[in-house]
Amino acid sequence: MTVGKLEIFVGWGRNNGTGAKHLKPRNTKEVASLVERSPRCIARGLGRAYGDAAQCAGGAVIDCTGLGEILEFDVGTGVIRVEAGCSLDELSRYSVARGWFVPVTPGTAFVTIGGAVAADVHGKNHHREGSIARYVEEICLVTQGGPRTIGPNRDPDLFWATCGGMGLTGVITEVSLQLMPIATSSISVDTDRARDLDSCMEMLASGDENYRYSVAWVDARTRGRGLGRSIVTRGDHAKVGDLVSTQRNIPLSYNPVQRVRVPFTPPVSMVNALTLPVFNALWYHKAPKHRLREIQSMNAYFYPLDMLGDWNRLYGPKGFTQYQMVVPFGEEHVVRYTIERLQEAGCPSALGVLKRFGEGGPSPLSFPMPGWTLALDIPLGSAELAIALDDCDRHVANAGGRVYLAKDGRLRPELMREMYPRLDEFIEICHRTDPQGIFVSDLSRRIGLTPAPPTHRKRMNP
Amino acid sequence: MNDVTGMPQTAVVIGGGSDIALATLRSLAKRRLRRVVLLGRHEEVLNGAAAQLRSAGIEDVSIAIYDVNDVGRAAEIVEKTVEILGTVDLVFVAAGFLGDAKLEVIDPEIVSRTISTNFTGPAAVMTAFAHRLAVQGYGRFVVLSSVAGVRVRKSNFVYGSAKAGLDGFAQGLDDALVGTGLSVMIVRPGFVHSKMTFGLKAAPMAVTPEAVGQAIVRGLETGASVVWAPSSLFWVFAVLVHLPRRLWRLIPG
Repeated sequence: MTVGKLEIFVGWGRNNGTGAKHLKPRNTKEVASLVERSPRCIARGLGRAYGDAAQCAGGAVIDCTGLGEILEFDVGTGVIRVEAGCSLDELSRYSVARGWFVPVTPGTAFVTIGGAVAADVHGKNHHREGSIARYVEEICLVTQGGPRTIGPNRDPDLFWATCGGMGLTGVITEVSLQLMPIATSSISVDTDRARDLDSCMEMLASGDENYRYSVAWVDARTRGRGLGRSIVTRGDHAKVGDLVSTQRNIPLSYNPVQRVRVPFTPPVSMVNALTLPVFNALWYHKAPKHRLREIQSMNAYFYPLDMLGDWNRLYGPKGFTQYQMVVPFGEEHVVRYTIERLQEAGCPSALGVLKRFGEGGPSPLSFPMPGWTLALDIPLGSAELAIALDDCDRHVANAGGRVYLAKDGRLRPELMREMYPRLDEFIEICHRTDPQGIFVSDLSRRIGLTPAPPTHRKRMNP
Repeated sequence: MNDVTGMPQTAVVIGGGSDIALATLRSLAKRRLRRVVLLGRHEEVLNGAAAQLRSAGIEDVSIAIYDVNDVGRAAEIVEKTVEILGTVDLVFVAAGFLGDAKLEVIDPEIVSRTISTNFTGPAAVMTAFAHRLAVQGYGRFVVLSSVAGVRVRKSNFVYGSAKAGLDGFAQGLDDALVGTGLSVMIVRPGFVHSKMTFGLKAAPMAVTPEAVGQAIVRGLETGASVVWAPSSLFWVFAVLVHLPRRLWRLIPG
């Protein structure tokens, strides 16, 4: 067990870092003893939450990447038991060759399984298959009272609060997950270009049910007639017969390599008003108008950005944030409003991602709900951004939608309860398992996800 | 907590009666600011300021008497502030005193007092806050410097030299704080129409406290380390600092 000194932790957006003790346990027992001795702490995985979810100013950050073992795997049923610090990349390298893949994957393989469960992540198959919590069979959770095993039928309140609970119920140290059987490590992809936002949404709404995976990459910068022009990519795992003959002998090979890393942080953001139009035009026109059954590696389809290491450095010293929101079906106008409001504020957003969600899960703080989700990466440092995003929040909340906590770094706290009506239920469960409130993050303090610490406030005598 | 757009939820003001500080806090109240502690010498001034902030929407405003020259109490007042606010997102250093600079008028007492109120006192209490906030793991200082300290002028050289000292201290502190989660933003206003300058003839490019407040909010949002108000003063002083002394001393007012 290594116990370090105060260290600055930042989210993936590389902004608003805070100092905390860095603790790096190597097994559940060490986690339990650290939790016992920490007055305030939060678990951290690979630091891919964009904002302050895995920061604990003045407290302790429990770095779970030391818990990376694959513990058990039943190749017959596809149930795998792994330590929480195991990344999806490591998990896939082990399981894909054996014919199984994670049932839900976000846009990067460099998240830990613990972090994925704590954020109840969704993927390109959400419209059909829901978020990751649906496939979790058991969790080992270190609470204030020590390690506990929980599952959908075993302490379900705590289990569902933990899925999507942003680490505030305790430290996840082990996860049992039902994997999905696959025949090949390739995806058969259909690509379509949509000339504007409406045709993109229409395409997604009418065709999504025919595909397991579906996502649209939206140009959020172009105004006017081409506003929201998109590339829609949809597909499913390829069958052996879909592969070219040379690949048929090794249908399950999976060995993604990271070719390039961004070697240093440039002095200014490389994503700016000069580079974006060029990039977006190239990207849009490079895509085919309509192409069927193209065989892509899983890596190319699910994790295109993973090929460029440390890409978040491209946003320069001020970093960036991601605004991801969801609004119910029928409220499509909020998607357009969000894109237009950010354009009006002069905040150049790189590519956005648009997707239709299916049914939400039972977790009180889970993000997905049936509707449209839009995610935009935005460089920080513009004076117009804060108010523009506040305006977007207002529209999203009015539409009955919400923003994604794993991406958030700036939500107005007063809107939290409106966006997540089951917040009080969550706080109640946290309070029951953690009466002293030791699991706290900068996120939870900023927007009030945990009960307020006991105040012994007295007025000062002037 | 501060958010990624630099907006604080709690703040303490040293020199709680400052027009610039109050204008800034009123702007921040529209965003995330919800709890404030005002420190200052005069209870009635602080009460008036607190009432102003409450009507701007900040319900939770506390006041405490603190003379910035009372260096011996610095650590104590920091503890009190932390006790009230829980965590301190923003430390606004606005204590200051213009004073006189006519050679016939000033005496050792006045010079010492002016420098202490504008420089050594604020520097001392900033140090106390820096120590405490390092334990907290984050925090932002906003320090009211002045263009008077960028190049010291005959007409207000006592005040100006003290601000020059404070400006230098703030820069050094900011550098020393790298890696602690804390940072310092220096604000260099020109002539501001405020209580401090009441009755004085306005210099060119004079601004209101509200304009300085807006520049400060913008500075927090953009992650600036130095803010000029108005921003064009940056260019003006880029030239003025190179003016020969013989010409510089001829500038009136």
